[in-house]
Amino acid sequence: MAGSTLASPTASAGAPARKPVSPGLEAWRRFRKHRLAVASAVVLSVVVLAVLFGPLFWTVAIDEIDFSATLEGPSWAHPFGTDDLGQDLLARMLYGGRISLAVGFAAMAVAVFVGILVGAVAGISRGSVDAALMWLTDLFLSLPQLPLLLLIIYLFRDTLREWVGPEMGVFILIVLVIGSFGWMPVARLVRAQFFSLREKEFVEAARALGASTPRLVIRHILPNALGPVIVAGTIDVAAAIIAESTLSFLGLGFPPDIPTWGRLLFDARDHLDFAPHWALFPGGAIFLTVLTINFVGDGLRDALDPRRVL
Amino acid sequence: MTEGMTAERDTGAAATARRLLEIANLKVHFRTDDGWVRAVDGVSLGVDRGETLGVVGESGCGKTVTAMTVLKLIAMPPGKIVDGTIHWQGRDIVPLTPAEMRSIRSKEIGIVFQEPMTSLNPVYTVGEQIAETLRLHEGLGKRAAMDRAAEMLKLVHIPNPSRRVNDYPHQFSGGMRQRVMIAMALSCSPKLLIADEPTTALDVTIQAQILEIMVEMKERLGMAVMLITHAMGVVAETAQRVVVMYAGKVAEEAPVGELFANPRHPYTQGLIRSIPRIDTAATHKVRLEAIPGSVPSLLDPPKGCRFAARCRFVMPECLDAQPPLREVSPGHKVACIL
Amino acid sequence: MTQYVLRRLLIAIPSLLGISVILFTVLALAPGDPFEELATNPAVPPDVRAALRASLGLDDPVHVRYFNWLFAMLRGDWGYSFVSRIDVDDLILQRLPTTLIVIGSSQILALMIALPVGVYAATRPYSIFDQIANTLAFIGFSLPTFFTGILFILFFSIYLDWLPFVYRSDIPGSGLPWFWEHVKQSIMPIAVLGLFQGAAWTRFVRSAVLDVIRLDYVTTARAKGLAERVITIKHVMRNALIPVVTLVALSMPAVFGGAIVTEQIFRVPGIGSLLITAILANDTPVIMAVTFVVSILVILFNLLADVLYGWLDPRISYR
Repeated sequence: MAGSTLASPTASAGAPARKPVSPGLEAWRRFRKHRLAVASAVVLSVVVLAVLFGPLFWTVAIDEIDFSATLEGPSWAHPFGTDDLGQDLLARMLYGGRISLAVGFAAMAVAVFVGILVGAVAGISRGSVDAALMWLTDLFLSLPQLPLLLLIIYLFRDTLREWVGPEMGVFILIVLVIGSFGWMPVARLVRAQFFSLREKEFVEAARALGASTPRLVIRHILPNALGPVIVAGTIDVAAAIIAESTLSFLGLGFPPDIPTWGRLLFDARDHLDFAPHWALFPGGAIFLTVLTINFVGDGLRDALDPRRVL
Repeated sequence: MTEGMTAERDTGAAATARRLLEIANLKVHFRTDDGWVRAVDGVSLGVDRGETLGVVGESGCGKTVTAMTVLKLIAMPPGKIVDGTIHWQGRDIVPLTPAEMRSIRSKEIGIVFQEPMTSLNPVYTVGEQIAETLRLHEGLGKRAAMDRAAEMLKLVHIPNPSRRVNDYPHQFSGGMRQRVMIAMALSCSPKLLIADEPTTALDVTIQAQILEIMVEMKERLGMAVMLITHAMGVVAETAQRVVVMYAGKVAEEAPVGELFANPRHPYTQGLIRSIPRIDTAATHKVRLEAIPGSVPSLLDPPKGCRFAARCRFVMPECLDAQPPLREVSPGHKVACIL
Repeated sequence: MTQYVLRRLLIAIPSLLGISVILFTVLALAPGDPFEELATNPAVPPDVRAALRASLGLDDPVHVRYFNWLFAMLRGDWGYSFVSRIDVDDLILQRLPTTLIVIGSSQILALMIALPVGVYAATRPYSIFDQIANTLAFIGFSLPTFFTGILFILFFSIYLDWLPFVYRSDIPGSGLPWFWEHVKQSIMPIAVLGLFQGAAWTRFVRSAVLDVIRLDYVTTARAKGLAERVITIKHVMRNALIPVVTLVALSMPAVFGGAIVTEQIFRVPGIGSLLITAILANDTPVIMAVTFVVSILVILFNLLADVLYGWLDPRISYR
């Protein structure tokens, strides 16, 4: 093996004498080496904490209209400036951030749940069920997501609003729809893990010892698929935040009185020449959150799933 | 490098007209996260014009790295030639520029790798891949190069060569691909062919065919062969001289008959003992598990003889210093105090 | 090769049907009825309403309605825009070329960034260039297109006042100045989309090249005495393109999503902005048709990618 000899001289030179460490510690050691990922984890924690606890300290009301201070730039009274109604942007962003992050995580949870379900069913059943599910996965991968998102929200928005109220209705709808467009990578990963792990000795051994299929899946296969799924889930959070912001930015997400970051950008668009801060702060918040999540995801990939590059 | 090891330095003096390749005290180390791995640590060996030299040893002993270093095909970094010289026809190639090295590769020294399944580019026809070498070194045109490629395929006994040149690698079996690799390596009539475990990845029946083709081509083209293998049986069949490597160093060097008749190094003795008997050999690849233990870490090799931990005759002085390579009879050198 | 293309075509048909089923299901499940208005209007007697429903086939069984709908869609019989008062297919044909030009140019820009940068970075892994390129790529695809668009407008239109930020299809004049105005107003939408895709693809290309570069046949190429540049282009890049084509095809839905947003920001009169306007105006036939057209385009591009894939990889097409 000419190539592999070049790539990994250690492999042929005997295992390096490193102290054995637990997988968790080893993962942490690898994650720490990705400096941008560590920095991003810190920044992301700050953003999350600010959004969670910020409103306790910055108690300005999000809908306090003040016509004496419209479209003002950053100042001590309004660190992020004000909008065209004189509403405080920092307060609105802290509030909107909760929604954006909540959508991100909830949609990720939906995507991971569906993905694990589809992937596990495909992985266990093989044969025609597996083929059908994979066809469905490929089909979903080639669906034009944004037009369909828009279509579904357009068709179902009013009904759900009547059932559970404007905020909750749109929240549930957006989470479900974004989540149902994000499960495919997880399903593929889980299925791939099933196929590679099923033939491994420890699974064979467990089977030989009489472990039932559900037990085998839950105790032995899923824990091994966890690493790649966590990585995919992280990327899903970022994708969901972008998707929600896009909808709000197009004016088709949450109702106007809920200032998600995308909605703030949508409102700021007509005032770019006089109040650029209005667009820059929420846009920057989306960018920073997505960027740090992506970097954390990259670090987690190094830590948990070192073989995959993409 | 701090250890007081004394590989024989016969620089210059032995570079007679007969000597094609002369490697002296070569040290190739690889940088890893945990430190420098001394994959090749003071290897000296030579290849004469027209002879077949067998280089034997188990995986990780540095034989492949030595061979790749001759063509400077190791990745640098992480690899690094720390010390030593490689004289090709009297000229040291270690300091050569990449451009100068390129004019030696394939033109003067051809190489065949272990994995025929992955050594050919899947998106070009085998003819195109052989022709590429010919057009580069022989300055042939597209048509002429393809014709020569077909001739080369014929030489390595690929049936229907004029049609097969237009086939893609995936349309060939492993053994056929290795023939293509040999045809490619020999297309510019090099003076030396380095064959790095050319038969290891193949079925036993195919192995014999490939070795036969190599012997035949060697005779026809009058080139020298440096045959790297872990199979003592292959060496016995094809080589005139043998170098036994262990853990990045030369353990023993001797003419093939002398080595099998009178092995001096305990490692060589172990290797020979581990050859299956002829009557059972055809069904088993030669494995070296018969020697207890495994190769020491080359990250931080022991101070003394590297084989000491596995040696049946180990003595206290073996642990103090690496025994130098000494000549015990004409052409027979061994790095052991026994 | 012909056989391969035919096979891919046959495989595309179930995908098309699958997407149409999903679309139809969404429509069928949707609450509300085009006749809601008629139903609440006391002036329309129930038997007239029933006759109308029957004439439109609304009371047929689901599968009959699906096939009627599908054939109508496939024939290009997409109905009548409530708002513009013209046939939907005319409306879409008017808008489609603009969208295709914007998407096409931005994809070319993206490839022009991703290929050289990705290959150069991968041939020098962990070098300064690689690290900078990698970080920029991360930033590039973490910047949502709507925010990049706003940043571009802020910088190039408002701060520098170089480029117009509203796309006009009715620019007066002719000849070179007219053409130049068109180029100027297209720069920002194309750049926004192209940079976003370019960033994502740079990572694809880099990792594909990294995968190829350590393969045995690259060592073989080096052993032939080929120059590094030749090895990189002829042996590494050529093979790395194969997985990249697949990944590019997979990102087609995202490309169309990005195009919708970009068209909306710069008010480019393509099918993306048509979709948004239609949604805001409750113009259901237009919404339906745009979604359907975009789905078909995605499948078409996937088919194209499949053909390209087969052309690039003889292992696939020669069987």
